[in-house]
Amino acid sequence: MNMFLGLYNYWIVIILMMTGFYIVIAKGNLLKKVVGLNIFQTSVIIMYVSMAKVKDGAAPILTEGVEIFSNPLPHVLMLTAIVVGVATTALALALIVSIYEEYGSVEEDEIHEQDGSF
Amino acid sequence: MISNNLPALQIVLPLISAPLCLILFRPKLVWFFTMVICLATLGISVELLSAVVNTGAISYEMGNWAPPWGIELRVDEVSSFVLLIVSLIGAIVILYAGKSVEREIAPHKQTLFYSAYLLCLAGLLGIVITGDAFNVFVFLEISSLSTYTLVSLGNDRRALTAAFQYLIMGTLGATFILIGIGLMYMMTGTLNIQDLAGRIPDVLDTRTIRASIAFLTVGICLKLALFPLHLWLPNSYAYAPSAVSAFLSATATKVAIYVLLRFVFIIFGVTFAFEVMPMGTVLMLMSIPAILIGSTVAIFQQNIKRLLAYSSVAQIGYMILGISLASVTGITSGILHLFNHALMKGGLFLALGGIAYHMGAARIEHFKGLGQTMPWTMAAIVVGGLSLIGVPLTVGFISKWYLVLATLEQGYWPIAVVVLVGSLLAVIYMWKLVEAAYFNKVDEGEVVVKEAPLQLLIPTWLLIGASLYFGIHTELTIDAAQKAAEMLMGAGR
Repeated sequence: MNMFLGLYNYWIVIILMMTGFYIVIAKGNLLKKVVGLNIFQTSVIIMYVSMAKVKDGAAPILTEGVEIFSNPLPHVLMLTAIVVGVATTALALALIVSIYEEYGSVEEDEIHEQDGSF
Repeated sequence: MISNNLPALQIVLPLISAPLCLILFRPKLVWFFTMVICLATLGISVELLSAVVNTGAISYEMGNWAPPWGIELRVDEVSSFVLLIVSLIGAIVILYAGKSVEREIAPHKQTLFYSAYLLCLAGLLGIVITGDAFNVFVFLEISSLSTYTLVSLGNDRRALTAAFQYLIMGTLGATFILIGIGLMYMMTGTLNIQDLAGRIPDVLDTRTIRASIAFLTVGICLKLALFPLHLWLPNSYAYAPSAVSAFLSATATKVAIYVLLRFVFIIFGVTFAFEVMPMGTVLMLMSIPAILIGSTVAIFQQNIKRLLAYSSVAQIGYMILGISLASVTGITSGILHLFNHALMKGGLFLALGGIAYHMGAARIEHFKGLGQTMPWTMAAIVVGGLSLIGVPLTVGFISKWYLVLATLEQGYWPIAVVVLVGSLLAVIYMWKLVEAAYFNKVDEGEVVVKEAPLQLLIPTWLLIGASLYFGIHTELTIDAAQKAAEMLMGAGR
């Protein structure tokens, strides 16, 4: 029981990660692939943030009478990762717009059809 | 003042200059500016290398925050060498890019090209120089995002789909690396690579660390295009602008291999990675099909840039095969091939760019009679090809010699045979080009092609000439590679 309930945050991470990964692989629509990629990246953010929590730890603000703090560093790291994720999504969407202008489609199989072999 | 801050300037200079390109705006001016910056970066890495040789490794505290809390930039024997390779190739390719970009990229996008190029250079240099595991991820993403942009600038519309495919796979790889770093942080509470190396041994025997090395290996192997994770590479190299193909093939995958070496050997240590975890077996089982399948698929390509891209997949197989042996000779051969392959593949892609400059593309039918019309470009391709095959007096021979030595040292003679078969397959795909160029007449009525302009020929021959020079004067590179290999093996516990 402890395996599932005690570590529930990691199970959420794994489920989200695999959902995103599956969408990236299985969907032919380029936009859906980007959505999948975002879910995949978000799962990692949850992993980092949840591991920062220290049992009985308070928010990392210096206050009298508080001894145990949660670790603030992973949150800061994830701010960077979120920025990277936003940049990646923006670039992916820009590429999709150009692809749509050239091919008139965002479906992978229709694009491949137009180019013969990919 | 400046000499103390060289490690920071190495990455800050190209990083700051990238947005400045957008202000300068006029393509000619921007090209000149980029070249000045690239030469300055090259100067800095030469300075750093000589400083390391004279006084030993440099540790630079970013913003005066002492490691392990602050971010440390670290220049040692291996990283100064890789820094020099990256900035040298960066400078040579930018010299080439002036003419080549003018022909291949639409005028309003040329400024953006140089801007993305500088960002990519800053990212690659950052990966090499930083001493912080999370920083590796950040710089990796800076270089990757700019690489996707650079690839998408190719004049074929397939460049767009190639860039998109690369973006999806590259992001998956980078996220895997991020997970691996997170798991290490979870167990040790530090991100500094030196500090990690000190603290990991206490927690080695946990599932978290085992998962972390697995995530890191898969993520990095995606970035360095090890078979079967190479699917993004052929299309990206084939449809990117010529200068970009040359730059990427000579630097991006090499830097990824450097990251693999650093994480596996310095942080986890040889004993854990190769004896507790089956790292050697896994890498070997992937590199052998990389060599055989990569070379075989290359034979059937009609687009010559794609042919060279598949040949790159095979050559990456050689490097990883050397590393998978986990012996000093094996790693020496891997690092040697890293340097040598950067020279020859960079030179070959630049030579192809010279052909694409006149023909608009480089397919096998464009090679007819080029032996007469473009003698210098074709000669460069032949020399580069001989080096890919591994003929004596070229750099390719040296690294393959060491690789065969390393396999025989451990009694793996069937693997030595694989290396030789790979070379024979290389003979076949390079012969295709030679046959088309020297044994075919130019078709009647075709446009007469002239030799590529000097501005393209000089950088090409700089790299090809270097590949001959280092094939004859081998002491320098072998010495450096051996020292690096001993350091990496010695770091193991």
